[in-house]
Amino acid sequence: MIKKSRKLGRGVAIVGAGVCKFGTLKGRSSRDLFVEAFNEMRASVDKGLEIKDIEALYVGNFSSDFFEGQGHIAPIMADWVGLVPRPATRVEGACASGGVALREGIIAIASGLYDMVLVGGVEKMTDLPTERVTDTLGGASDVLYEVPAGFTFPGLYAAIATAHMNKYGTKVEHFMKVAIKNHNNGALNPKAQFNSTIKDVMASRVKKAQERGQPVPTWENEMGFLKDDRANPVVAWPMRLFDCSPITDGAACLLLVAEDMAKNFTDTPIYIIGVGQASDVALHDKEDLSCIGAAKEAARQAYDMAGVGPEDIQIAEVHDCFTIAEIVATEDLGFFKPGEGAKAVEDGVTARDGAKPINTSGGLKSKGHPVGASGVAQTVEVWHQMRGEAGPRQVPGMDIKLALTHNVGATGGTCVVHIYERR
Amino acid sequence: MEREFTSASFNEFLGEKKLMASKCIKCGALYLPPRPLCIKCFGTEMEWVEMKGKGKLAAFTTIAIAPTLMLEEGYGRDNPYCTGVVELEEGPKISARILGVDAKKPEEIKIGTPLAVDFVERGEGEGKRTFLAFKA
Repeated sequence: MIKKSRKLGRGVAIVGAGVCKFGTLKGRSSRDLFVEAFNEMRASVDKGLEIKDIEALYVGNFSSDFFEGQGHIAPIMADWVGLVPRPATRVEGACASGGVALREGIIAIASGLYDMVLVGGVEKMTDLPTERVTDTLGGASDVLYEVPAGFTFPGLYAAIATAHMNKYGTKVEHFMKVAIKNHNNGALNPKAQFNSTIKDVMASRVKKAQERGQPVPTWENEMGFLKDDRANPVVAWPMRLFDCSPITDGAACLLLVAEDMAKNFTDTPIYIIGVGQASDVALHDKEDLSCIGAAKEAARQAYDMAGVGPEDIQIAEVHDCFTIAEIVATEDLGFFKPGEGAKAVEDGVTARDGAKPINTSGGLKSKGHPVGASGVAQTVEVWHQMRGEAGPRQVPGMDIKLALTHNVGATGGTCVVHIYERR
Repeated sequence: MEREFTSASFNEFLGEKKLMASKCIKCGALYLPPRPLCIKCFGTEMEWVEMKGKGKLAAFTTIAIAPTLMLEEGYGRDNPYCTGVVELEEGPKISARILGVDAKKPEEIKIGTPLAVDFVERGEGEGKRTFLAFKA
């Protein structure tokens, strides 16, 4: 393989970032979500923004065609925020659509073609019944060979989980600890779909049963709740309901500018210093079923470009579409040795107050996973954390100068890694 | 005439209860699912090779929240099914339905379990379709 070191043609910085509230947003279409994220991004630009100066839009979206019956959404998003006739391009990479859109925006500025680019991501998923959402997401796997075998998306990650359990002795309790951690973080994020801890969820279940005069469930603790087949049913063993990211409506926006212009917009821009993207084969063709090869390769490119290593990264938002995916991600990114990601969760290393906080936003698990928006929303979180503006979920006692995002499409068919610096 | 190295041919062979891979005539690389272009030597001459149908379980899951295809076959919350990745004796791995295991007791299903190819027939006449399965 070609392993030549690559650098951007010129530096790129983020000077604005915003997300809409994630969740089941009845009566609102993707364009409404996009406008909300855009407005928050606009308000975040410290020294102000002339919208007319934005030269292009790259928007990540997986399947508005199936989810909303609306194809060709890029020009609609551009129109709804007043960018017409600027070029607007939709980018699709399954659940990595947003991360790929960000990369395309970076490349467009680095090439010298534009000085200012809007990057967005949007997905409106909840209009369809769950089975049709499952089918649509299944379309991101290999429909000729994986779907006929009966695989679903949770099923594919569940298979990765069994391979990981078999190879390293990982336990279902480790998966549950990822869920508890990410719900703890999401409870501090007002934009999260599940703005509640697992304990909050347990309390609300008890309350509901009391109100309805039903037998009141009792659990010893969070693990007891998560092991209860009724409270937390199996979706695709060993993945249960609380191991899976939800079906979410959401959008996110970032404003990118050429590095030399960044201080015109803010005194604290966030610089993008490493970019990596890779592809991989279908799950059954992978040599090692317990990791994601594209993530390792994308990380290698990004670390190489940035001139830093995994030990230098202070916080990361990783693609926890399923709890097993977070454990695998932290190993693929080199934060922990293969097989030791589970122990890191158990020891609290990846907690918000741990040595290597992972998914301070609540991750896809708790914040929600509007697939095309997720990759962009991850960057919005590190933007807040690096600028010390994450409010109650701000990582305590850490001056964050280096952060990373990791966004995966399907079972790693696409993976994008970005590394960010605050100078 | 040799059948094209497509998924349609692969499925046609399944209907004949044969698990067929494609083999590069130039370098001998074996492909399951079959492909028309060798991605090792980029040769374009392939031949069909029948797999012995013996393998072992490499990864699996038991699915309770089923997609439309499986719901139509009667699977679902109260009737989960097992699916997985099977590593064949010849080397390649493939996704397949896993039979002969208790999908309600996933903790008892073991990676490495020896498996033999099986074929699941669904529908009739024009709508008939054969799915790849392996049995413990």
